[in-house]
Amino acid sequence: MNTLYIPQDSGALSLGAEGVARAVQSEARKRGEELRLVRTGSRGLYWLEPLLEVATPSGRVAYGPVSASDVPSLFEAGVLRGGSHALCLGPIEELPYLKQQERMTLARVGITDPTSLEDYAAHGGFRGLRNALGLSGEQIIKEVMDSGLRGRGGAAFPTGIKWKTADATPSPQKYIVCNADEGDSGTFSDRMIMEGDPFVLIEGMVIAGLAIGATQGYIYLRSEYPHAYRVLNLAIEKAQSAGYLGGDVLGSGKSFHLEVRRGAGSYICGEETALLESLEGKRGVIRYRPPLPAVSGLFGQPTIINNVITLASVPLIFDRGAAFYKNYGTGRSRGTLPFQLAGNVKRGGLVEKAFGLTLSELLYDFGGGSFTGRPIRAVQIGGPLGAYLPEALFDTPLDYEALSGVQAMLGHGGIVAFDDTVDMASMARFAMEFCALESCGKCTPCRIGSTRGVEVIDKILRNRNRKGNLHLLRDLCDIMVSGSLCGLGGLIPNPVLSALKHFPKDFGIEETEELH
Amino acid sequence: MPIESGEAIARIAKALKHKPGALLPILQEIQEQLGHIPSEAVPIVASELNLTRAEVHGVVSFYHDFRSEPPGRHVIRICQAESCQAMGSAVLTAFAKTHLGIDFHETTADAAFSLEPVYCLGNCACSPAMAVGKEVYGRMTPQRFQEVLQEVAGKSE
Ligand SMILES: Cc1cc2nc3c(=O)[nH]c(=O)nc-3n(C[C@H](O)[C@H](O)[C@H](O)COP(=O)(O)O)c2cc1C
Ligand code: SF4
Ligand code: FES
Repeated sequence: MNTLYIPQDSGALSLGAEGVARAVQSEARKRGEELRLVRTGSRGLYWLEPLLEVATPSGRVAYGPVSASDVPSLFEAGVLRGGSHALCLGPIEELPYLKQQERMTLARVGITDPTSLEDYAAHGGFRGLRNALGLSGEQIIKEVMDSGLRGRGGAAFPTGIKWKTADATPSPQKYIVCNADEGDSGTFSDRMIMEGDPFVLIEGMVIAGLAIGATQGYIYLRSEYPHAYRVLNLAIEKAQSAGYLGGDVLGSGKSFHLEVRRGAGSYICGEETALLESLEGKRGVIRYRPPLPAVSGLFGQPTIINNVITLASVPLIFDRGAAFYKNYGTGRSRGTLPFQLAGNVKRGGLVEKAFGLTLSELLYDFGGGSFTGRPIRAVQIGGPLGAYLPEALFDTPLDYEALSGVQAMLGHGGIVAFDDTVDMASMARFAMEFCALESCGKCTPCRIGSTRGVEVIDKILRNRNRKGNLHLLRDLCDIMVSGSLCGLGGLIPNPVLSALKHFPKDFGIEETEELH
Repeated sequence: MPIESGEAIARIAKALKHKPGALLPILQEIQEQLGHIPSEAVPIVASELNLTRAEVHGVVSFYHDFRSEPPGRHVIRICQAESCQAMGSAVLTAFAKTHLGIDFHETTADAAFSLEPVYCLGNCACSPAMAVGKEVYGRMTPQRFQEVLQEVAGKSE
C-alpha cells in the first residue's frame, strides 16, 4: 500500500493542510486507490507548506506547496509513486535547506507520526531513557554536565549545574517543570517539538526526574498552542499506558507522573519564577531570588525548570553519549540550536545547526534573502527583549559569546528579519509598549518607565526637544537596567538602545550629530 | 446570572479543586464552558478554594485571556508581534478593524466577531498570522481575511 505524509503541525494547518488531507482521501476513494495517510509534524520548511510526501523505494519524495485544488492533478501525475509534477521537489532529504542542517533535537519531527510509540521507538526513541535507568542520579547529572548543554529558554545557564543544585537539596517531594510558554515572538521550535515529537520531551522529563528523584512533572504550556495541548495529552496517555510514565517506569520501581497545565496569555509567565507562581494558581508576579527554584521552587520544593528544547535534547545525550553531543558547536556553546527564521525572509522555517554559523549564512543561504525582494535592513535576535542588528553585523557567528560581544543575545534562537521599509524608531517604541503591557508590576522602572519610554520616543519623533529627550531615553533605559528585578524591564532596553545606536536616522538624528 | 451557570461554576470548582494550584484550571474551564468569567463566579470559586474574593479577582484580572464579558461567536486574534509586523500585520489589522467596524477588545453588534490583539502565535514563519478560535491562519492578506471570515461564518450556521 502507498504511504503519504501530510503534516498536522499548526503552521501547516494554518496554510490549509487539513483541506489537502481531505482532498487526498476523497481523490483516492474516487480512484479506488488504497493509501495510508500519516499525519506528521512539520519538517520546518514553511514556505513549502502544506508539504506532501510520498514513500517510494528510493526514499520520500516531496510536493509543495500543495493546495486542495492541486490534488486531482497530483493523482493524475501518479503522485502515489512519486510521479513528476510541477510541484514535485524531488527527494526531500536532498533539499539543501534540510541537507545542510544538523537535525539532532528535531531529528524525528516531520518524519514520524507524533503520537505513535512504535514510530518513536523505531527512530531511536527511549534508548536514552533505558540507558539512564542503568545509571545513578549522580551519574545522570554528570553526563548532562559533560555534554556542555546550556538552557535553551534564553539565559543559557548550564543545565547540569541546575540539576546538581536541585539534587543537592534534600526533600521528599521534588518537581520537574517544563517551560513551554514560548512567549518570544519569532520562535516556534518548542511548538514544533510538542506537536511533532512529544515523546522526546516526555522522555527528557523522565530522565530529569530520575536524576534528582522527582516524581511529578508539569508542562506549563502557553494557551496560544491548543494543537500542542491536544498532542501532548494524547502522547502522555499513550506513554502512561505503555509504562514509560506512571508508578513504575519501565519496571524500575521508580515513578514519574506528568501533567500539562496551560497559561492564560501572559508573556511574563515565561520567566521561571512567575511561571511557578502561575502554576500555583496565582498572579504571575516575579519572585525574589534567592532562593533559586532548584532549592525552593514549585510549592516551595526543589524544582528543575527547563525549556522544552533543553529537555528534548537530553534523550540524545543518553542515547549517543555526552561526548557525541559536545562534539558539535564552538567554544562554550556546545551542541546544536534550532534556529527559527522568521519575519521578512523568502524561506522561513526551522534550521537546526551547530552553534557558530553566521547570521548572514542563515539569512541568505537558508533564508534566501527577504520575502519582499528588498534589502534586509535589520534583524532582531532572541525575541522581543533581543537587540536589533544592522547589516554591518550580519557576519557575526551565532553563538552565545560572539553575540554578547555585539551587545546582543541569542535567547531562544528566534531570528526576525525586516526589509528596508522598517521604521526602527517605531520598533523601539513597540518594545516599550510591549513592556508596559506585560510588566508584572513589581518594579517601578519597568511598570512606569516603559510607559514613559513610549512618551519620550513619541516626543523625539515629533522633534520636541530631541536632544534632551534622547538623553532622557538613555537615562530611562539605564534605570530600567539597574532597577528591574527580572529580564523584562532589565532587557527591554536592548531593542530600544540597539535601534538607536545602529539606526539613528530613524530617530531623526543626522549621522554627524553627537549621540551621547 | 442564570441559576444554571451558578451551578455549573460550582460544579467545575468542586471537580477541579483537589488539583495542586487549582485556580487557573478552574477559571479556564469556566471560561471554556461559559465563554467568559462572570463576576458572580468570583465568590463561588473563592469559597470553594478557601481564598478571598480579592485573591480570585486579582488572578482573573492579571491574565489577558480571561474576559469578564461574553465574546462574540468567533474570537479573532491578530498577531501584533515583531515577525508579523515585518510582514504587514499593521495593514491586515487596519483592514480587519474597518471591515468589522470595531476596534480591539470589541465585539460586532450582531455578536458574531470579537477582535483581540495577540503577541505571537508561534506561526512566525508564516507571518502575518491570526487565529479564529483555536484555528491558526498564516500568510494573511486582507483578501484572505475576508475568505476566512466567510468560511467560519458559514460553518457556524
Ligand atoms: C521576561 C522573560 C520571559 C521568559 N520567557 C521564557 C519562555 O517563554 N520560555 C522559556 O523557556 N524561558 C523563558 N524565559 C527564561 C526562563 O526564565 C528560564 O531561564 C528558563 O525557563 C530556564 O530554562 P533553561 O535553562 O532550560 O533555558 C524568560 C525569561 C524572562 C526574563
Ligand atoms: S522587571 Fe518588570 S516584569 Fe520583571 S519583576 Fe520587575 S516589574 Fe515585574
Ligand atoms: S510574531 Fe506573529 S506569529 Fe509569531
